[in-house]
Amino acid sequence: MSKSTMFKSAALALAVSATNLVMAADTIKVGVLHSLSGTMAISETTLKDTMLMLIEEQNKKGGLLGKQLEPVVVDPASNWPLFAEKARELVEKEKVDAIFGCWTSVSRKSVLPVIEELDSLMFYPVQYEGEESSKNVFYTGAAPNQQAIPAVDYLMNELGVERWVLAGTDYVYPRTTNKILDAYLKAAGVAEEDIMVNYTPFGHSDWQSIVSDIKKFGSAGKKTAVVSTINGDANVPFYKELGSQGISSEDIPVVAFSVGEEELSGMDTGPLVGHLAAWNYFMSVDSEVNDEFIENWHSFIGNEDRVTNDPMEAHYIGFNMWAKAVEKAGTTDPSAVQDALIGVSVPNLTGGLSTMMPNHHISKPVLIGEIQDDGQFEVVSSTSGLVVGDAWSDFLEGSKDLISDWRQPLSCGNYNVKTATCSGQNF
Amino acid sequence: MIRSVSKSLLSSLMLIISLLALPVLAGEAEFNQYEEKLTKAKFTEKSRIISDWMATGSGEALSLVQLMLDSQLYYHKKEKQLYRVEKAEKGAEAIRLRDGSLVVIDNKRHFKRVSINNTLRSEFGALLSTAALLAESPADRRSAALDLIGTATPEVVGQLRELIKSESDSSVLEAFNIVLAVADLNGDNTTRAAKAITTLADTLEPAALAALTQFVERSSDEVLVAAANKAIQTHQDQASFYSGVETVYFGLSLGSVLVLAGIGLAITFGVMGVINMAHGELIMIGAYTTYVVQLLMPNSIEYSLFVAIPAAFVVSGLVGIAIERGVIRFLYGRPLETLLATFGISLVLQQAVRSIFSPLNRSVETPSWMAGSIEINPLLSLTESRLYIIFFCLFVFVALSLVMKRTRLGLQVRAVSQNRAMARAMGVRSEWVDAMTFGLGSGVAGVAGVALSQLTNVGPNLGQAYIIDSFMVVVFGGVGNLWGTLVAGLSLGLANKVMEPWAGAVLAKILVLVFIILFIQKRPRGLFPQRGRAAEG
Repeated sequence: MSKSTMFKSAALALAVSATNLVMAADTIKVGVLHSLSGTMAISETTLKDTMLMLIEEQNKKGGLLGKQLEPVVVDPASNWPLFAEKARELVEKEKVDAIFGCWTSVSRKSVLPVIEELDSLMFYPVQYEGEESSKNVFYTGAAPNQQAIPAVDYLMNELGVERWVLAGTDYVYPRTTNKILDAYLKAAGVAEEDIMVNYTPFGHSDWQSIVSDIKKFGSAGKKTAVVSTINGDANVPFYKELGSQGISSEDIPVVAFSVGEEELSGMDTGPLVGHLAAWNYFMSVDSEVNDEFIENWHSFIGNEDRVTNDPMEAHYIGFNMWAKAVEKAGTTDPSAVQDALIGVSVPNLTGGLSTMMPNHHISKPVLIGEIQDDGQFEVVSSTSGLVVGDAWSDFLEGSKDLISDWRQPLSCGNYNVKTATCSGQNF
Repeated sequence: MIRSVSKSLLSSLMLIISLLALPVLAGEAEFNQYEEKLTKAKFTEKSRIISDWMATGSGEALSLVQLMLDSQLYYHKKEKQLYRVEKAEKGAEAIRLRDGSLVVIDNKRHFKRVSINNTLRSEFGALLSTAALLAESPADRRSAALDLIGTATPEVVGQLRELIKSESDSSVLEAFNIVLAVADLNGDNTTRAAKAITTLADTLEPAALAALTQFVERSSDEVLVAAANKAIQTHQDQASFYSGVETVYFGLSLGSVLVLAGIGLAITFGVMGVINMAHGELIMIGAYTTYVVQLLMPNSIEYSLFVAIPAAFVVSGLVGIAIERGVIRFLYGRPLETLLATFGISLVLQQAVRSIFSPLNRSVETPSWMAGSIEINPLLSLTESRLYIIFFCLFVFVALSLVMKRTRLGLQVRAVSQNRAMARAMGVRSEWVDAMTFGLGSGVAGVAGVALSQLTNVGPNLGQAYIIDSFMVVVFGGVGNLWGTLVAGLSLGLANKVMEPWAGAVLAKILVLVFIILFIQKRPRGLFPQRGRAAEG
């Protein structure tokens, strides 16, 4: 090897490593704020993995704006105040351009002031109670009108249900959802005595008397159904008790808003067959894009038995919307991306397009599925078109006059159409 | 209401299905025709296809209905032919119904289930019940008739009126009469309605009450309404009596769970005085042992619990001994440090389970002999799994009492806990006794985990849910007293269940806690305090 070629190759090597260095320094950082330990790890770990998969795929496609994406994963440990601290750490110290995270409403409420103060972006992927619209948060999960109301409509119109049990865990999501449903049912002409509301503590495990009450309530000769906002862990003993007291899905169907494929994978599904769930996505949905997503997920996680679920789809939609908005805006600057996000349409996994609306909620189809003994859902009904997420319920006093529109010139999350004022709060 | 069609009926239907597998020349064209329709149909069309098929007088439709209800009816996506598939997975066998030939599934995505929804499920259930009115066994006929209360179509009612003439079994007759009475009550004939009210007044069926209530709302005949109201009153009296009985049963059952969770702690905390915050996690380990045992013996779930109970005892016991030898023995006499150390251990165990088994809950199956309930009368049925757990709790209690009272270990344990120095002077190896006692308490916690795995989630948080309850039971019952634990657990369970209907689940729990705080103020040593000099030590 001559001296000159040696020099050349050394220079080349240097140049290559220099570009590598530049590449490494110049990445777009994406924050992932999901609990990896503590009680919520059960649900949130999967979402962290989903985000890593989506980022890896985007990088394979060449990243964004010619840069690679770099995930920054933190663990808020199911500790609500820690969510706020970790969010601040992500934005201020790690300089992330967007955060994908949170599961419970209380964790979102904890992050909210931080994310608004720092004017960053967050995508929230879980169904929630509504009554909120922040400039800095994009809600890719279902609002009550995208899950609860269509489910009740299905029970009322298709199954002819006349008596209603609203059972929930005692915290903000079930209480608000049940308040909305109560108003909705009464507006539809259901009498007060035909609605039974029941709240139980977190992780309630002894359902004997409640199930027995439901059984008595349901034996009055009118078709009865349970609308369940019972949270995660309490569901297994609830369904077990239904099974052992001999209540089948034909007698008293239970429609759940918090039971998905992931939760079913930890249950003995025998006694659950025929009970219902309402989501915007089911793993069993027959579409090419869904098949591809499932295949990618299995090869990423290295386990063919892992299931996919609705919040994963919400992250899929949210991440793709963000990527598209970044390309549209030509920058990752959060305030530019906020404006660019509104109106962005990306494919969802059920074979259609979802669009980000001016109220920071998205449009999605609503599916009702029956639980099968293999832990999957069989879709028994779906809305004919897409349903647009409604931040402020039309069935609650005080919120039915509110709208949210983050476009100029209104740019307000809670504009009162009657008094024509924006309350000025950010949410 | 649809009660599950009993097993003997199922097996007779299975026989029909196996017969169906043989080519039936006359019906072959017909079968093919309906087969094609069924694979393409939407939910709403399926019901019509089946009733058309039934109308041709063929028995095949009924056996297909049974297969659909069992979710065993599949079709090949390309061939559009029906198969019977027990388990849709690669390598499993599928029976082609057309000719009875066996096919091995090479790709499960080629097969799709002929799906049904709840509406179809109840329609099909009624079809089967109508067919089962002719079943051999009286129990089947009775349950089939009870399924048809209030839903019987005029044709079925007519059929019943014929059948009742030749029916000889009294229990079946009673059921037939109820169905007919409900139908009569809904009809126009007043004399029949009057007779129906007397029939319905004597039965405990909730459906009878519903029919009577609806009758009262609808009817304008004052005499009949008065009679119906009287019948409703008798019903309600009966119902409130049996719901009282039910509450007591629920209370005992909750109490037995509390006793099971707490009785291990009664040994470690009660006898040894160790505040063991990792007690809940020892229960959790027992529950996970059940899960692992079921994984290891997937084909004999029925017996898995009998293996799981000793296995859980050994596994949790060994973990307990390891904790005692590794940490607690250095901390005797320092309760605060023990509390913190064992709390740390509980977190370590939880996270270990998360790392090994994933943070998701694991599904533990309930053996079929434990599922279902014993129906004493239409208003009162006892869930079998709960009943077994009450008995199991008593069994554990008796066994543990015997160990403490009748064995050498029990004697040494009591000696060491009463006067350590004196026991050592008598030649008791107190360190060995400490380890064994802790192991025994931990093992019992593991056994409780096996029972809990049948009732609740098996997940990393299982233990946390029971640790407070366990301490509550032991402190209330009196430290160091097994009888106290039993009485305390059962009475707390009862109190909780009696309060729950009017106070709600959240408030009932709070009230119980407030009561215990007040009780401990008054009697700090619990229900059954230890007496004598030992208690002072």
